[in-house]
Amino acid sequence: MKPLSHLQKLEAESIHIMRETVATSERPVMLYSIGKDSSVLLHLALKAFYPSKLPFPLLHVDTTWKFREMIEFRDETARRLGVDLIVHKNEEGIKAGVGPFTSGSRLHTDVMKTEGLKQALDKHKFDAAFGGARRDEEKSRAKERVFSIRTAQHRWDPKSQRPEPWRLYNTRKRPGESFRVFPLSNWTEADVWDYIALEDIPVVPLYFAARRPVVERDGALIMRDDERMDLLPGERVENRMVRFRTLGCYPLTGAVESEAATLDDIIAEMRSSRVSERQGRVIDHDSSASMELKKQEGYF
Amino acid sequence: MNTAVAPLDLARADVVASPDSVNHSLLRFLTCGSVDDGKSTLIGRLLYECGAVFDDQLGALDNDSKKFGTQGAELDFALLVDGLSAEREQGITIDVAYRYFATPRRSFIVADTPGHEQYTRNMATGASTADLAILLVDARKGLLVQTRRHAFIASMLRVRHIVLAVNKMDIVGFDKSVFDRIVRDFENVSRTLGFTSIAAIPVSAKDGDNVARRSSRAPWYRGPALLEHLETIDVDAGQANDAAFAMPVQWVNRPDLDFRGFAGTIASGLIHPGDEVRVLPRGQRSHVARIVTYDGDLAHARAGQAPVLTLADEIDVSRGDLLVGASSRIASGSTITAQVFWTVETPLRAGQRYLFKLATFETQAEIAALHHAIDVNTYKPAAAETLPMNGFGVVTIRLDKPAVFADYADSKELGGFILIDRFNNDTVAIGLIGSNAAPQETAETAAKKVRWPLWLERKIGVAGTEQRAVFMRRASTDAASAIPLTAAVYVASGSIVTGVAVAALDLALRPIIRLYASRAMQRWRKRQDDLNADGGGI
Repeated sequence: MKPLSHLQKLEAESIHIMRETVATSERPVMLYSIGKDSSVLLHLALKAFYPSKLPFPLLHVDTTWKFREMIEFRDETARRLGVDLIVHKNEEGIKAGVGPFTSGSRLHTDVMKTEGLKQALDKHKFDAAFGGARRDEEKSRAKERVFSIRTAQHRWDPKSQRPEPWRLYNTRKRPGESFRVFPLSNWTEADVWDYIALEDIPVVPLYFAARRPVVERDGALIMRDDERMDLLPGERVENRMVRFRTLGCYPLTGAVESEAATLDDIIAEMRSSRVSERQGRVIDHDSSASMELKKQEGYF
Repeated sequence: MNTAVAPLDLARADVVASPDSVNHSLLRFLTCGSVDDGKSTLIGRLLYECGAVFDDQLGALDNDSKKFGTQGAELDFALLVDGLSAEREQGITIDVAYRYFATPRRSFIVADTPGHEQYTRNMATGASTADLAILLVDARKGLLVQTRRHAFIASMLRVRHIVLAVNKMDIVGFDKSVFDRIVRDFENVSRTLGFTSIAAIPVSAKDGDNVARRSSRAPWYRGPALLEHLETIDVDAGQANDAAFAMPVQWVNRPDLDFRGFAGTIASGLIHPGDEVRVLPRGQRSHVARIVTYDGDLAHARAGQAPVLTLADEIDVSRGDLLVGASSRIASGSTITAQVFWTVETPLRAGQRYLFKLATFETQAEIAALHHAIDVNTYKPAAAETLPMNGFGVVTIRLDKPAVFADYADSKELGGFILIDRFNNDTVAIGLIGSNAAPQETAETAAKKVRWPLWLERKIGVAGTEQRAVFMRRASTDAASAIPLTAAVYVASGSIVTGVAVAALDLALRPIIRLYASRAMQRWRKRQDDLNADGGGI
């Protein structure tokens, strides 16, 4: 009998991880960030628990700076699949006027994303949260466990990680502690797109090339998604054929010039690309160890 | 945001060809070797040559190379893979890091594991899921104590395929005699370790010789480059395909009163609707009604797939139970002999109690006895009262309730377990059921033993291996059957010479008949498999 293909193996592994989480936690939740990885994660969850409905809600931490198309896609997805969706916004941050333009990318991410996430997890007492992070994205993620234990303050300690042999996960935790669980740990960007194509999984249209209003700023192409983005002297909005490799807050996510308007085009473009997908993310560039620091502070 | 890209005079595939996602296969391997053997450099090189390193990462690498690098002005590929701050500062790999790259034929998951003895547990973790291990040896230094340790740990975790990558061949001028001596030494070390295949390759990770492409600098080497070997090796060959069905129940799927299914990942074997199953440990019998998946019911499911099974009868099944095929001989019991890697600073002592987790089964357990420690460098047993962190030893564990388990040698899923501290929830041990997995002799004594010529040993197996055991069993059955045959022919023909001659002819012909019979059998099995094969489940 021919061996399982590599996508079949990855799929089975992710399903196994999700079931293990649900079987051993009290209040699981899925962090839903609306991007392609979240789309795959959600699709795998539907498979893992079929014919039951999802035994957990989706949680979206809304920084209020997401692309409008992402929010539409999020609400449409929740409606189409009939899943519970919790949307959390850091109201304190909003009151304090925190945003990427006024506060800088670092503070904005800390307050609206990391703080917002912690608030939501604490408020609902979630003890296990699925995330779509992959180990191939970034060096410190390459060393993170599938079941990544966090203290009651949501901190990650890279030095006290538990060994994870075989597919045997230690899911024990003390009261107050929680897990971030990464079912896509062993997937790559290419695997995600191949799987989306194979399984015909819907993704946000922003991944496909179209004419969009962009501003060139600090070497990145930023899409002016609403009026909150003021133009600096000398800047002008151009309608260019662009698409996004990753999706986050629109002022912090650089577009790439591209003609790739179909899945096949995207896959072909990705395979010939010479830059990593996170290259367009403004927050990763502070220093090579910046993701490790952010994760220690509780970032997903 | 624009990143400076260091000029490189290396050819690199501009486009990684799109794989056929349905037939694309996966190989998991681990790399081991110490800091100075150039392990991280080798992985960095593989990633780079397969196009898995991007320009912005190279830009960051260029910065890091100047800050932390050990290669002077050149790019230090090791920095691509050492991710944690502490590792970058100390220039060593502490934790297992997983890396990913793909070629048009295969995807690869690399467990990059630390070489130091104080990180043995991390190597054991990396080895647990690996199909193959690359052992790196520095050509100038030859086999070191750590090479023996890595080979041993790989063997314990049942990594069946080894690549002996003799690195830094550029520094020794690609001297064939240096390579040959190291290969010979490794043959002696690995004789008792039961590897299915060993491929020795002379490489220079720094310059790329024999990594992604064959090098002209070692014309005497006629084998494949490392990448070619990784792309083509058949790691499923020689594995038992006929293992009995077993699936640990992970989660009971109960959307409403009309549906009750059992979700899990199949550990071994094949299952069809209608097949009889037993639920262990209690032993209730039923039949599989349906194999349910999101993509529709399946006509069969096999090891590695994660379906939901429904049964024909209403019987009590819960997480931790094991569904097995009717023919399964798997045993249950409360006393387990096992080898353990100890992973925490508080040492192992007899009398301590822990949580025991095997597949989806959990119970409390006590370490009833520590029989002895095993030195992972010399493979020798040593009397011990305790096992320190990264120690390895043989223990007896008494479970509070009986578990269903197999020898690790027969099933990683049902023979591998972890022990968990009940108070701080640390994983304290990685355990392998069965005490015979350890080599029964040291390499020194093995070297002194009588050795058959290599061609003969390939036929009859090396002493102490499964192949030799099978050969010896067959040889003794054959010999035993020759005696009555001699007697029968003697009685019938009246000539003892004829009797002995017929029996001798019979003995000589049997292996030939067996060979042809097994080939015919393989062909038949393959045809059956081809008929059954489908792409269902994805």
